[in-house]
Amino acid sequence: MSLAFDDYGRPYIILREQGSKKRMKGLEAYKSNILAAKAIANTLSSSLGPKGMDKMLVSADGDVSVTNDGATIVEKMEIQHPTAKLLVELSQSQDAEIGDGTTGVVVLAGKLLEQALTLLDKGIHPLKISDGFDRACDVAIKHLDQIAEEIDIQQNDHEALIQAACTALGSKVVSKRKRELGKIAVTAVLDVADLTRKDVNLDLIKIQTKTGGSVEDTRLISGILIDKDMSHPQMKKEVTDAKICLLTCPFEPPKPKTKHNINISNAEDYKKLYQQEQQYFVDMVKLVKNSGANIALCQWGFDDEANHLLLQNELPAVRWVSGTDVELIAMATGARIIPRFQEITPQKLGKAGSIREVQFGTSNERMLVIENCQCTKAVTILIRGGSQMIVDEAKRSIHDAICVIRNLIKDNRIVYGGGSAELACALQVLQYADEVSSVEQYAVRSFADALEGIPNCLADNCGLNPITSVAQAKSRQLAEKNPRIGIDCMELGTSDMKEQKIYETLSSKKQQIQLATQVVKMILKIDDVIAPDDY
Amino acid sequence: MDIVGNVLPQVLKDEATEDKGEMARLQSFVGAIAVADLVKTTLGPKGMDKILKPTGPGQEMTHITVTNDGATILKSMYVENPAAKILIEISKTQDEEVGDGTTTVAVLAGELLREGEKLIQKRIHPQQVIAGWRIARDVALKRLRDISTENDIESQEFHNDLLKIARTTLSSKLITTDRDYFADLCVKAVLRLKGSSNLDYIQIIKIPGGTIRDSYLDDGFILKKQITIGCKRRIENAKILVANTAMDYDKIKIYGTKVKVNSMDKVAEIEAAEKEKMKHKVDKILQYQPTVFVNRQLIYNYPEQLLADSGITVIEHADFEGMERVAAATGAEILSTFDAPERKDQILGFCELIEEIMIGEEKMVKFSGCKKNEACTIVLRGSSIHILDEVDRSIHDVLCVLITTVKNRRVVWGGGNSEMQMAAACDEEAKRVQGKQALAIEAYARALRQLPTIICDNGGYDSAELVQNFKVELEKGNLSYGLNMNDGSIGDMKELGVKECMRVKEQALLAASEAAELIMRVDDIVKCAPRKRERA
Repeated sequence: MSLAFDDYGRPYIILREQGSKKRMKGLEAYKSNILAAKAIANTLSSSLGPKGMDKMLVSADGDVSVTNDGATIVEKMEIQHPTAKLLVELSQSQDAEIGDGTTGVVVLAGKLLEQALTLLDKGIHPLKISDGFDRACDVAIKHLDQIAEEIDIQQNDHEALIQAACTALGSKVVSKRKRELGKIAVTAVLDVADLTRKDVNLDLIKIQTKTGGSVEDTRLISGILIDKDMSHPQMKKEVTDAKICLLTCPFEPPKPKTKHNINISNAEDYKKLYQQEQQYFVDMVKLVKNSGANIALCQWGFDDEANHLLLQNELPAVRWVSGTDVELIAMATGARIIPRFQEITPQKLGKAGSIREVQFGTSNERMLVIENCQCTKAVTILIRGGSQMIVDEAKRSIHDAICVIRNLIKDNRIVYGGGSAELACALQVLQYADEVSSVEQYAVRSFADALEGIPNCLADNCGLNPITSVAQAKSRQLAEKNPRIGIDCMELGTSDMKEQKIYETLSSKKQQIQLATQVVKMILKIDDVIAPDDY
Repeated sequence: MDIVGNVLPQVLKDEATEDKGEMARLQSFVGAIAVADLVKTTLGPKGMDKILKPTGPGQEMTHITVTNDGATILKSMYVENPAAKILIEISKTQDEEVGDGTTTVAVLAGELLREGEKLIQKRIHPQQVIAGWRIARDVALKRLRDISTENDIESQEFHNDLLKIARTTLSSKLITTDRDYFADLCVKAVLRLKGSSNLDYIQIIKIPGGTIRDSYLDDGFILKKQITIGCKRRIENAKILVANTAMDYDKIKIYGTKVKVNSMDKVAEIEAAEKEKMKHKVDKILQYQPTVFVNRQLIYNYPEQLLADSGITVIEHADFEGMERVAAATGAEILSTFDAPERKDQILGFCELIEEIMIGEEKMVKFSGCKKNEACTIVLRGSSIHILDEVDRSIHDVLCVLITTVKNRRVVWGGGNSEMQMAAACDEEAKRVQGKQALAIEAYARALRQLPTIICDNGGYDSAELVQNFKVELEKGNLSYGLNMNDGSIGDMKELGVKECMRVKEQALLAASEAAELIMRVDDIVKCAPRKRERA
């Protein structure tokens, strides 16, 4: 803590409770911030690429999760340092916007900060550095647009989409079955995609997990799977040509919201009330039955008597269906969500080919499958696996793959992976650096170095010699004027990423570079950190 | 850090820790192997049991459990190590999915990691090890599927298969001496389900007293309830009404209702009305003309008396599962309203005889000659509740395996045969694979061979010699050979009749490989600060 003293040696108090606050200024603050952010990037860097490793995270309650997904790792790490938290947000915004490349973005930011540190040591002002990064970033983005290629997603049975999904899944624990899972993800997205509007509503893809079996048993159900069973054990377990009545009101006597009291003062009223009560259930079930429905799905509970009446009327029913499921079913079957029994009409019923109960394992767990829905616009991916950790990780991985496919449907331009796009940008930025006549030149050059850090890191994780392999790729890119040369991570014998079919979306790459640059600029602008001492 | 003199700022929360690289890997290996070692002595027919003692005040000496079941042991352990938790998790999943092989799966994963650790020490990259394991797993799985055989579900051979599988499963349990008896019992129970896989319909009643041999599968169905006093104790050709309805006083379900009266007369009136309402309900029930009335909920003495007066036998407070079983056995519908007496033929269940019986000290109701007969009851006897609990777990395992077999139908030879064959397949594959992966494939084969080795060790036999001889027999083409744990030799499993369910082996192989891979891929363990427990 640097303090100013007056003539008598007393310190000037400027901040409240100054003595108990910790303050870092100037270069010290820059370096501390950068080091903290770099620590996070270092942790993540070993997860990058097809041979990246996983992280095991133990939560405060002792729950274990194992993951390779950057956003999940940083989210569960309980990071406390304020600047390191910026990187957490960085990863999360990449996740929210693109859904994939969450590790890459943090690693890139880390590399940029590393470069900034050396520049600071050279005595270059942080703002100059951030200016230089900014200009370099523009150049890189422009170059990405140039080297991007449009692909035909329809061609060859959507082969390109499957390959892109495989690229996203390649680094995960499920990579053994990446082709199968990639296909599942592609089919799922295409089933719900609106190709004319180039839009995909991801809410229509439900991902349900269930332990047991192995990852290979993961399948796509062209319908909806809900983790519920029929409300009465003796109801029919299968309904074909289902006409679904989707209710959000309980099969119970009404509970008006206004406070009220019914006072019964004589036996006559008592009897009347009893009859009325019985009538409620009969009426409810009748209303549902009369509409022509042959199955009722309800968001709320059933009274025992109502439950039995449903059985008696051969009306299978499901209770406590979750709100999201209700919406999903409504979208898929074309059912209207009915909030009051009086409003049931035949037009509001949804239609599905079949609804049946399926059973898993020995523990008597059952789920309901709704198939052949009228508007087949919802699908479920049922993930299986040997343990909870595996299915959780598989779920995250498939989510990433789905996001990649969605992005490709929105914008079918791709760049090639394996670090080739970064290398190409680095070369372009380097060329540009020579044109800059001011101090920023150094920063621009450093930006190029940072971009090279990604292929470097990839090569390192794959057990290749990072310096030689990057140098080789770089010289080949220059000599052959081929921006598709990258790191041969899988040792397939070719460095041309087009041949290896490693596709990444342009939008994801662009977003990565832009977001990373932004965060680095922000960190570089902080020159004073004031925090409570015990922080 | 690369900057000298600059201390790395604290990034994580206080008390949170991060271990990287070798440290992280070492931690997970140690944890996983420790768990596997813990349960491996229970493996095989000569495996030993464990005593589990609960912690917590006042519980030290009560509720101890003696068991041989891997899932039960692992579930009740509190472990700190995250890798160990993964092993426990797969064991649990195995239990839910197939019900047996819960020890095998944990031990196999542990052995895989033990081999993996050796490879890592040889400076082979974990991803290379995983790549090898994946090849090995596929090869092993293919071999497992190839060697399995299938019999038609109706055939006598299939029935024999089931018996053999049940015997094999039981041989590692407490009741191994009576395994023929129990195998027969379990197979009969499962066949009663007629292909349904709902284990709830097999009820297990445990009553201390007698010997294990006194256990039996009842040809009828037993409800662990009493017939209400004042009713007939024996009913022939019973028509049963199964209900789930309030028979105490019918509380008014409309919200916010209060009874307010201003004089004693009115109270009497209301009381009369209440009685009237109950009587009305009883009258409605009587329209169905049942001879037995089973209700899930309590029955107060007034309706009880009314029913008894009409000569109806009343059983009250049957729990939910019990009720479902009664319904399944007698073909009754579970009623909550009573307004459709015209459908009574569909609604009422039927059985030839209902009587109250005594098992040990307890009175129960037995339904025999039921209409649908899909539910059944196994009565277990034994000298102490601990034995009964363990027998219960063993029977549960067997039932699960049998149901899985009925669903899947594929069987393999037991006695370590399938593991050795899979290992042989891996070894053959390793010869054809180029690169470092081959080492991992060999390691996989070694891990698989550890299972028969451990079984031998647990029996006190010379495992090294036996397993080698076993290998030679397989090489000679005696593909049905396996370990004969009765006399510590290698024998033909065909003659010994040792069979196992393929699905159990398959699931164990898949789950163990996945878990080992998961743990192997980890190079960084981040532990969050444990949540502070607020002391009340």
